[in-house]
Amino acid sequence: MLTKLARVILATAAFAFAAGAAQAQTPKKGGTLNFAISAETPHYDCHGSDTYATLHFSSPFYSTLLRYNLNKFPEVEADLAKSWTVSPDQLTYTFMLHDGVKFHDGTPLTSTDVKATFDRLRNPPQGVISNRKATFADIESIETPNPTTIVFKLKAVNSSMLDHFASPWNCIYAAKDLAADPNAPKTKINGTGPFTFVEHIKGSHVAGKRNENYFKQGLPYLDGYRGIFMLQAAAMLNALQGGQVLAEFRGVSPAERDRMVAAMGDKLRVEESSWTLNLVVVFNVEKKPFDDPRVRKALLMAIDRWGGSQGLSKISTLRSVGGVVRPGSPLATPEAELVKLPGFSKDIAKSRAEAKKLLAEAGVSNLKFTLWNRNLAMPYTPAGVFLVDQWRQIGVEVEHKQSDTAPYVSALQSGNFEVAIDFNNLFNDDASLAMTKYLSHKGNPLNMSRSNDAEIDKLYEQQVRERDPGKRRELIMALEKRLFEQGYQQPLLWWHRIVLSHKTVMGWKMSPSHNLGADLADVWLNQ
Amino acid sequence: MLRYTINRVLLMIPTLIGVAVLVFFLLRVVPGDIVEVKLRGDGGNVSQETIEMERKRFGLDRPLIVQFADWMIGMAKLDLGRSMWTERPVIEEISLRLELSLQVAIMATLIAVLIAIPLGTLAALFRDTWIDYLMRIITIGGLSIPSFWFGMLIMLSLLAFFNWLPPITFTPIYVDPVANLKQLIWPAIAVGYRYCAVVARMIRSSLLEVLNEDYIRTARAKGVFERLVISRHALRNALLPAITVIGLEFTFLIGGLVVTEQVFNLNGIGQLFVQSVSRNDFMLIQGMVMLIAAFYVFVNLIIDLLYAWFDPRIRYN
Repeated sequence: MLTKLARVILATAAFAFAAGAAQAQTPKKGGTLNFAISAETPHYDCHGSDTYATLHFSSPFYSTLLRYNLNKFPEVEADLAKSWTVSPDQLTYTFMLHDGVKFHDGTPLTSTDVKATFDRLRNPPQGVISNRKATFADIESIETPNPTTIVFKLKAVNSSMLDHFASPWNCIYAAKDLAADPNAPKTKINGTGPFTFVEHIKGSHVAGKRNENYFKQGLPYLDGYRGIFMLQAAAMLNALQGGQVLAEFRGVSPAERDRMVAAMGDKLRVEESSWTLNLVVVFNVEKKPFDDPRVRKALLMAIDRWGGSQGLSKISTLRSVGGVVRPGSPLATPEAELVKLPGFSKDIAKSRAEAKKLLAEAGVSNLKFTLWNRNLAMPYTPAGVFLVDQWRQIGVEVEHKQSDTAPYVSALQSGNFEVAIDFNNLFNDDASLAMTKYLSHKGNPLNMSRSNDAEIDKLYEQQVRERDPGKRRELIMALEKRLFEQGYQQPLLWWHRIVLSHKTVMGWKMSPSHNLGADLADVWLNQ
Repeated sequence: MLRYTINRVLLMIPTLIGVAVLVFFLLRVVPGDIVEVKLRGDGGNVSQETIEMERKRFGLDRPLIVQFADWMIGMAKLDLGRSMWTERPVIEEISLRLELSLQVAIMATLIAVLIAIPLGTLAALFRDTWIDYLMRIITIGGLSIPSFWFGMLIMLSLLAFFNWLPPITFTPIYVDPVANLKQLIWPAIAVGYRYCAVVARMIRSSLLEVLNEDYIRTARAKGVFERLVISRHALRNALLPAITVIGLEFTFLIGGLVVTEQVFNLNGIGQLFVQSVSRNDFMLIQGMVMLIAAFYVFVNLIIDLLYAWFDPRIRYN
């Protein structure tokens, strides 16, 4: 009898084989894809959102200037831009747009629309929210020499700029729509994407149909799709098993994967990848004794990440041990270097002995505190339980307090906590994006530890401006070292993404981010 | 009777105002606000200035009493405001889901009443026989098994035995009755079973009590047919307490089917309620509480009026 693990391995191997076979198959046109979306977006505006719920909803309707090539992630490829050039001083980015692109309402797309979109992103008008304002702060001017060329001039070199241009959140809107109402994209959909909007029934589903005028020849393959909002994992899994939905593109837990593999066997495709998401242990440096770096460092050193990842990966979406940049990605700190940093030692007994010593030196041998956590079963609860146990092993008593999102966010934002489990939600492997969270609290709402460290800010700024990738990597490692020595906050573990789909769903590409590859242009049904 | 009805309708106003005061001010005690959840809940890099701008736009920066007065004035004009999450009218958000929740509640009530009345009556008439024992087993099962769990069993059984599941998106009954019933009959059965058990037990015990009353003995002594004794004299009186239970259960079903809605992926009021609470969407929560409170008050009034119809001895003077 096959064990669960063996079944998973077989299913994954079968997938690898099938994936190879799929490459060889000619895509078929037609059909409607029903897939599950495990959250519902509050509005349609990509610029003012950070939730995948908006992207899984809006991406099929929109295009972006560049995007990630998911076959060669994190390589960037053209989307609306057919080509681009970067000046030798890296201060000018010129994009040539495809000809004949039309918005769904029939209006031709020109460089003016792209300019209006990026102006809205970097300098939103009164009453408009752009979560990417800081991202594009280095843009000095945007010029449109002709309808198919757009030129971005930067104030200073920004080594992450191409990644910023490839962000899935930069949906291109029509200039005339923005002129009529700068907030129009919140409630109205008019893009250049592969699908046109059919309906959004609140709480139920979103539907789209093929954009016959899509600028990429022959795409999309599907006649249409329905994204069905299924907030409960159990209901979603039943629907997947029953064939009412053919996929869910965010991710499931290992236990859910095992259940589905056992139930569906070779009808199911299982795709796995490391995930651009991590949980972060945060100490509020404004609360005693967490204002003492020795206490913070001691608590980080007591965590056996290497052992924990083995256990937690069996029951939760947590898996990889890594620093601030996703492990395995080009700018990540190699394991040999990582183990030298506080909190990452593989000799946990020695590490914990040192941690106890540090606590004694700080005069808090009998430390007690409350760990704030989010009231979400996966993976917050197992992570919280794990931490409580790890700290108990150096004599620290922890109360695990889980709360709903509203009070949790409120506690973290207002600094009304001692220690908390936070998260870093990324969409790529860009170091600048990953490290934003750790910049000084003054002017950075993402830093929940409320720490202000000029050295970290300086190292961050230097790596952003550094053109040489080797030197940039050294700066990133220096920043990481400083951050972990001070112990303001530290990634606990990185998530592991598992996506389930029926084998009839073809052409969808797995990536380390659930925010990418949601436009469905290449997806087809093998029925 | 008319005067009584008018008095009761007028009494609904202070009751609902009391509910409004309670829900408005109690919600403000909960820490956190929707702007933070909306803009920073997923790790958004949004400045404090933007947060303040949004708070101002929603009017959250104004004194509580002003916000309350605004809301009350809106309610007087049947305007419940806009959801702070979707920024759509609260009435639109609720009405979308109310149709489904109301239909499930009506179907569950029909299932419950149609099964419970004969079941409870037979159990009382054949007390301590195998019929009574069978009824007790069925009803104890209904009371013991949570509706959501029974719902899960239904779903898994449909999947395991027929490799079929009900539709997961709602089609109104006037658009496609077959698709509508295919989806909603299963949650109605899941919920109706527990509901039926409560009502059947109530009818059984009530009927047993009534059957020992003097007027039943008198009717039998007069030679009235047994069927008439039961249906016209005994059952009519025994139904009084059951009506109260049926009414209260029906109202509960409008907003209380959270887990069952999750199991069947129903886009109902219960799910909306839970989501809006977790997001601190004050306007939507307030709107839904007021809706459910109004349902309770209205159904209670109907129950009281039905009492007089079932029992002519009851007079409201």
